[in-house]
Amino acid sequence: MDHLDKLEANSVYLLREAVANFDSICMPWSMGKDSNVLIWLARKAFGGKVPFQLLHIDTTYEFDEMYEFRDWASKWHGLDLVIRKNEEALKRGISYETHDALTVTQELKSVPLKATIAEFKWQALITGVRRDEDPTRAKERYFSPRNADSEWDYRDQPPEFWGQFTTRLKPGEHIRVQPLLDWTELDIWLYIRRENIPVPSLYFAKDGKRYRSMGCKPVTHPVESDAATIDDIIEELRHTKTSERAGRAAQDNASRNAMQHLRAKGFF
Amino acid sequence: MPHRLPVDVSTIPQKFRAPSNAATAGIAVEAERVNVVVVGHVDHGKSTFVGRLLHDTGSLPDGKIEQVKKAAEAEGMSFEYAFLLDALLEEQEQNITIDTTRIYFHTKKRKYAIIDAPGHREFLKNMITGASSAAAAFLLIDASEGVQDQTRRHAFLLSLLGIRQIVVLVNKMDLAGYSQERYAKIVAEYTAFLSGLGIKPAHFIPISARNGVNIVSKASETPWYTGPAVAEALDNFEAAETSDAQPLRLPLQDIYRYDERRLYAGRIDAGKLKVGDKLVFNPGNKAATIKSLETWNAPDKTEASIGESVTLTFNEQIFVERGNIGAPADKAPLVGQSIRARVFWLGKNPLRQQTTYKLRLTTQESACVVSSISRVIDSSTLDTVTSPEGHALQVNRFEVADLTLRTHKPVAFDAHDDCTVTGRFVIMEDSHIVGGGIILVSDEERRALANNVQAHHGDINHTTRAARNGHPGTVVWLTGLSGSGKSTIAAALERRLFQSGKQVYWLDGDNLRLGLNAGLGFSDADRAENIRRTAEVSRLFADAGIITIVSLISPTRDARDAARKRIGAGKFVEVYVNAPVDVCRTRDPKGLYAKADAGAIPQFTGVSAPYEAPLSPEVELLTDKLSVDACVEKIVEALHGASDFVAEI
Repeated sequence: MDHLDKLEANSVYLLREAVANFDSICMPWSMGKDSNVLIWLARKAFGGKVPFQLLHIDTTYEFDEMYEFRDWASKWHGLDLVIRKNEEALKRGISYETHDALTVTQELKSVPLKATIAEFKWQALITGVRRDEDPTRAKERYFSPRNADSEWDYRDQPPEFWGQFTTRLKPGEHIRVQPLLDWTELDIWLYIRRENIPVPSLYFAKDGKRYRSMGCKPVTHPVESDAATIDDIIEELRHTKTSERAGRAAQDNASRNAMQHLRAKGFF
Repeated sequence: MPHRLPVDVSTIPQKFRAPSNAATAGIAVEAERVNVVVVGHVDHGKSTFVGRLLHDTGSLPDGKIEQVKKAAEAEGMSFEYAFLLDALLEEQEQNITIDTTRIYFHTKKRKYAIIDAPGHREFLKNMITGASSAAAAFLLIDASEGVQDQTRRHAFLLSLLGIRQIVVLVNKMDLAGYSQERYAKIVAEYTAFLSGLGIKPAHFIPISARNGVNIVSKASETPWYTGPAVAEALDNFEAAETSDAQPLRLPLQDIYRYDERRLYAGRIDAGKLKVGDKLVFNPGNKAATIKSLETWNAPDKTEASIGESVTLTFNEQIFVERGNIGAPADKAPLVGQSIRARVFWLGKNPLRQQTTYKLRLTTQESACVVSSISRVIDSSTLDTVTSPEGHALQVNRFEVADLTLRTHKPVAFDAHDDCTVTGRFVIMEDSHIVGGGIILVSDEERRALANNVQAHHGDINHTTRAARNGHPGTVVWLTGLSGSGKSTIAAALERRLFQSGKQVYWLDGDNLRLGLNAGLGFSDADRAENIRRTAEVSRLFADAGIITIVSLISPTRDARDAARKRIGAGKFVEVYVNAPVDVCRTRDPKGLYAKADAGAIPQFTGVSAPYEAPLSPEVELLTDKLSVDACVEKIVEALHGASDFVAEI
């Protein structure tokens, strides 16, 4: 087994543990590279079919191509997709034009996510969180309990070892299952190349710029790059010393430890 | 089956296909990533060490140090290398690592994930979470403070987690003036402690994480040190064990039903398999032959080995479920309901006997109770912990214990020494993991279990039988020299009890040697087996409600103590039939002493073999002074006084 085989085998193990332990599961789907890899791994794990629902929380600020990709890929993969927006907040005029990034993320992502979890009574959410994305994610568990308010008690996380996880819920809790924790950004692209996984074209450089991480249009910026092909991206990542989320600083760095605050309140 | 075919790339619109660059394209196999954990006592500088290692190997993103320095200054704090890792606000403010974190970096040789584990006792569960996935460990000791509680506790836990590759870093050498003497003292003390755990560290290295001494290269501050720098020691660690030489262990995770097809899913935890192999699943002993190994968007497979997540179909339809372990028919795991183990306890509530917990072993789950605790160990000193007088033994948080668990249903497992993954388990209380254990199996237990021997119990037990008989089943064990009067007293006691309406039977040693034990001689091993069998038969008689009189020389204390343990202390009345050997010799009812003196009987107790008198028998009968009737009365008195003897005789 090479390095990618090992990552794949462990992710498949985690996905199967999730399905064996929970009756109702959902996978939030951002249409970004990580969640597309996750769909792929689920098809590997379950004989070609994704056996749980997918969820797109639509902030209405996605790039046009992401909507196009969503509509095509959900059919191509045969997904059972749920789409939700926080209509109430949008009516109230919550927008990037009038509010700060933290508030908008909270109102248009975290709040509707919480409401939809309550609506479908999902016991587990499968996330594409990776440890190398930011230092608070480096402290995550494979199976991470969240309370009824989706809050993450990072001060007192349950132990997990020897392939055994927290799978019993207290009332109102759900579990975040995180099969990509051990993957790095480079691993993701190596795997996309090996498997020919479809991805939006925004990741590939045009006119000296490309998107490394996708989010809402007003707070997501391209980084300087000439990586126009997947091989170029892999080569670039082998040498880069800038962080993956550099183009998303408007959201992540709104204050010191903004990511810790966002994630403690339910953000992925 | 359409879903078995590789994805047809032509069905993906050009726009959503990743463009490739033929010039540099190719299947780049990434180097193996080795997980290394950093452990040790709180404040001994683990996070500082990892931050320094990242910095000195050029693994930090551009501007990261400046960014963290700026953030720290804004909060009025001075920069620490630890801030690069301690990402949580609480961690930076208290200058302490709360939860384990994982950082990727590489040396010239290969890639690493460095796991920074908290050193505070309170966060031991997080240290274990981090360390459990490591192939090797750096153990830090502050040169000034020396070996502390967590230094010892972490080493003990590493040994239970099966981590054998350890490098000890004696840190903060700058504060100790780079003193060779100080360093040598710590090396000597800690080496002695580790050897008690069977750990032999690969190296001790004197370092200063703050000043970068001996991190990536040898420094001039410690000219007396001749070993490697940290980076070199790191590159010398071996990657995780991936040998597939052991017998197959495939715990089933799930069974997926698609139309008529059944797909059996699981991860291979040991060994390998191929199409055509016959597997036996346990518990349940169900056999089937592998028909195919299913894949999706990958070439067809005919074999797989350790670490792979597989999807199988079988030639036969078998009824197995999640938790069953697939294995070769001739090398199946053990199956049983009693598991002896060494357990580390993390629960806020103590681990108590006769409390029900949940046991998880690979994908199996069963309710379990702790049926006995034989030893509790303080994990920071390795001392045996005793409970206050009058209190049952229990295992407190952070302690380690040797104990026996009884599971509600049969469980398949291995000895930890035979197969790591199927030789360990976790204990759950409510929704949380509260402990972990590694399984110990003696040769005797292995023999019994390998033959699929399992205890079964009906509704009728010792108490129900005692209620009907008016007395409990008990063993009266008469021990003493040949000619001391055992048989005479046994016969009289049997008559006395029978006449008063009791269920009674006399098992005589010679009688057993005529049948059950006919194949046994008088060597030490045969004598021990003779006593073991006699004890076992008398245990069954007693369990059947009968007062069972055993008359057997049984010359060794060990053998009699084993019988007492097997039968149960409250049901065992040891009677020392004591007559001086000269008196026995004159009685010599069977003429044996004469033969022994003539050398015709080797190993004759009291003549050519020793007799170990009981140290505290329930009854001692001086048969050269007491009448037979008096002896019988003393035994009956003792039966009245026996702890669970409920009825009048």
